Amino acid sequence: MELLIKNGVVYDPKNGIDGEVMDVAIRDKKVVDRVDESKAYVIDASNKLIMPGGVDLHSHIAGPKCNIGRMLRPEDHYKDVEPRTQVKRSGVGYSVPSSFTIGYRYAILGYTTVFEPANPPLKMLHCHHEFRDIPILDKGCFVMFGNNWFVMEYLRDNKLDECAAYVAWTLDATKGYAIKIVDPGCVEAWKWGDVEFLDILWGRPEEIDEPVPRFGVTSREIVRGLCKVNKLLNLPHPIHVHANGLGTPGNYQTTIDTMDCVKDLAEEDRPAIHMTHVQFNGYAGSDWITIRSGAHEIMKYVNANKHVTIDLGQVIFTDTTTMTGDGPFEYKLHLLTKNKWTNADVESEEGAGLVPIHYKKSNFVHATMWTIGLELALLAKDPWRIFMTTDHPNGGPFTHYPRAITWLMSKEARKRTLDKISKRARSRSDLDNMDREYSFYEIAIATRAANARILGLKDKGHLGVGADADVAIYDINPREVDQSRDYKKVRKALSKAAFTIKEGEIVVKDGDIVKSIEGRTYWVKPNLPSDLMNAITSDLTKKFRDYYTVEMENFKIHDRFVTRSTPMPTYYG
Amino acid sequence: MVIVQNIVCPICGCACDDIEATVEGNKIVKVKNSCSISASKFLNFWKERNLSSLIRKNGELAPTSLEEAVEKTAEILVNAEYPLVYGFALSGCEAQAVGVELAEEIGGVIDNQTVTCHGPSALGLHDVGMPGCTLGEVRHRADLIVYWGSNFQEAHPRHLARYSALSEGRFRKGRKDRKVVVIDVRKTPSARVADLFIPIAPGQDYELMSALRMALNNDEIEEESVAGLPVDKIEELAEMLRSCQFGILFYGLGLTMSRGKERNIDQAVSLVCDLNKWTKFVIMPMRGHYNVTGMNEVTAWQTGYPYAVDFSHGYPWYNPGETTSIDILRRGECDAALIVASDPLAHFPKEVGQNLCKIPFAVIDPHMSMTALAADVVMPCAFTGIEAEGSAYRMDTVPLPLKKVIESPPGILSDEELVGMILKRVKSKRRR
Repeated sequence: MELLIKNGVVYDPKNGIDGEVMDVAIRDKKVVDRVDESKAYVIDASNKLIMPGGVDLHSHIAGPKCNIGRMLRPEDHYKDVEPRTQVKRSGVGYSVPSSFTIGYRYAILGYTTVFEPANPPLKMLHCHHEFRDIPILDKGCFVMFGNNWFVMEYLRDNKLDECAAYVAWTLDATKGYAIKIVDPGCVEAWKWGDVEFLDILWGRPEEIDEPVPRFGVTSREIVRGLCKVNKLLNLPHPIHVHANGLGTPGNYQTTIDTMDCVKDLAEEDRPAIHMTHVQFNGYAGSDWITIRSGAHEIMKYVNANKHVTIDLGQVIFTDTTTMTGDGPFEYKLHLLTKNKWTNADVESEEGAGLVPIHYKKSNFVHATMWTIGLELALLAKDPWRIFMTTDHPNGGPFTHYPRAITWLMSKEARKRTLDKISKRARSRSDLDNMDREYSFYEIAIATRAANARILGLKDKGHLGVGADADVAIYDINPREVDQSRDYKKVRKALSKAAFTIKEGEIVVKDGDIVKSIEGRTYWVKPNLPSDLMNAITSDLTKKFRDYYTVEMENFKIHDRFVTRSTPMPTYYG
Repeated sequence: MVIVQNIVCPICGCACDDIEATVEGNKIVKVKNSCSISASKFLNFWKERNLSSLIRKNGELAPTSLEEAVEKTAEILVNAEYPLVYGFALSGCEAQAVGVELAEEIGGVIDNQTVTCHGPSALGLHDVGMPGCTLGEVRHRADLIVYWGSNFQEAHPRHLARYSALSEGRFRKGRKDRKVVVIDVRKTPSARVADLFIPIAPGQDYELMSALRMALNNDEIEEESVAGLPVDKIEELAEMLRSCQFGILFYGLGLTMSRGKERNIDQAVSLVCDLNKWTKFVIMPMRGHYNVTGMNEVTAWQTGYPYAVDFSHGYPWYNPGETTSIDILRRGECDAALIVASDPLAHFPKEVGQNLCKIPFAVIDPHMSMTALAADVVMPCAFTGIEAEGSAYRMDTVPLPLKKVIESPPGILSDEELVGMILKRVKSKRRR
């Protein structure tokens, strides 16, 4: 099928296109130079905003902990339902939507690619199961390695090559996309309920140089080791790190220490580490009374160091569900809020926890968190190294992205919210003095172009010839709208795409799903020298038997479970 | 002769994945690593099997073609106002997913065996959460293992050896490194392997857990004994729970299906949450069927809820007690049913079973179950996990692939295929 999108106002930062009126031609799932207008289906996009399909690199959409979230929170679903239609399966929302609903709602926002950021290797099949039922979106899943016994032992024994071979084998076996590190070493300590090591009693962030009990390797060594492994395997995405001490006052320093610990491993200008949901890791002060923003300190470091990228983890004032591989943090949150709590430790590797939370404007801490996320974004000098996320659903459901975007684009929108938040939080924040407003061009970077680049997806996040034909068309003229004053118009337009085109097919029209198609599953297939793989095979086989309660054969995920399997080969060395 | 290794056992919630079967001419002649239940199933499942589709004519079940059976089932479901699709705890996740879609298409209720086993666990989870772990964590770390209301030696025969007290882990080398406590109303075979057996007065689990929480939190218990246990003993037990390094509470139907039901689970989870102030403590339901957990998972990711999902509004609605299969049958609201891989007539209360018999319903099952004998349409299917592949979730939610070890008899399809055929037929009838 041929498609011609005519006269839209196009933002395509990768190709330097900043609001030009032009046509986008599509043939056979790809963007092409031109198509025959008389034969093509023509969309008149005059006075409309056109961007590449949105790319989200960190959103908890599938896998074991999402499903615990759904089961934990029936009260989350009752008020937000999606009836079945001719083209849509039914479902429920809100912060932990059912799988079909996730796909539809992302597509309605103009997003076409979303990555699930944290699954334990042992339960990766669960993630692929849910991927099958998330329509439209292209997907991939990061695999957690930061508390993995194999990894910690190889790194303790300085066996870097073996560690790389193990990681490569696991990514291949579980069809994962990148190395995720969550609270390195600390989840292992949490599995013993080691509150002293975790400083839970004192409310201090965990440091990165304390050896993990019984393993004798530090968080720093784990992060550095896996960063080296990432380089050895030439993975498309850098290590994706959830730093120690999340959600604890004073943790901004741990965040900076973590970024800095791989500085010497960076090559030229290529990012070596991605720090995720930095808002949750950007607290100064020493307790919940003295907490304030650490955004200035963090952004000073990020702006000066090109080996780092970050995403926001912006807070939205709403009722949501926190879920993370960081089991100890969720226990702390349970103690703090007294809300219901689920924990899910996974043998020999990782863990997870969930606690519902309601972010309130009047709550000093919640309001402070809200200011930190926005400060991080507004202080960033290079929009290519900062990505807009809410760490869905931790900061708030992804359906609120348009709200977060307009906070970035409009000082007026920020002021409206600032007027309503805790006065103490407002007085301690710099947000009132920040005049910066993101342009449409910068938003296109922070929500698509930069995300695709850091994920190593060359055909995503842009509209150049050869790009995947994933396009979002919004019913707003960016050249005419006063984004600062009329932010509500912008928000409305971004909430419901006029058209979302996925692989050349119109899937959304006028903010509603008109067609549902199956998305791809990206995973990396590292190619290892056979002698290296042979060197660890016997060790791996033996340890696997000792560490797991499943057989190795059943751990490996068969191709039949992977929806539109799209392996990306990488090469060692 | 072929030896097939690493088969996931399609029997109980342990889903042991190390079964080895010797196959001779499409017949399993020998199994290794199996418990007695599993071995008996692998070697005998093909016996007394119905291999023909059946349809009720003049009050008798008579052989028919598969096409006619599918057509009749679709007709029953399409003509119903409030149909029920029930079962799937012995199906693969793939069949379960088709089952959910079928229920959605016909605007009916999708429900599963959770309603007769761990439904209260789901309700407890909604109320207070469920701090848990995978079974390997127990194997590596647990030094205190409590089984409450669970006769694992008979229901999950390899649980002790593979995942808990007898298993050898990284930090615990075996039985001598662990203590086992069994709490039950009678001295079951499981109680005999315990270091400490606590006989509890029937129906007083909630009281005992409350007392344990009081003892832990240094509150004064004014009674002399609770649930038949002297207060001294309760305080001793509380101390034992508090002073372990890693404890786990496995609980069975003794807790979910006795007086108190979901309140028992609330209390058990609250007890475990309390214990985390002193040590590491987790809790896990002893799920029965090998893939009842999977049915909860599939239903949850597709609809948001783990069981008893009602599609009559066009979207998923869930209110156990209102939308649970037992309740809609008991109230006589349900007017047709499709029963897959389950035997509700053998397990539901009598009055509910009688109501099921009053309405037209179809059964998909490898065997002539009690329910199949009363059905209007019967479609035989392959035995998932032996004759058909798929995937399943172990009781600790670890997903595992199911194998096709031998071919199913000629013309016998998997339940996934059969439910898919019914769905297709239903769709074309509804579009007409």
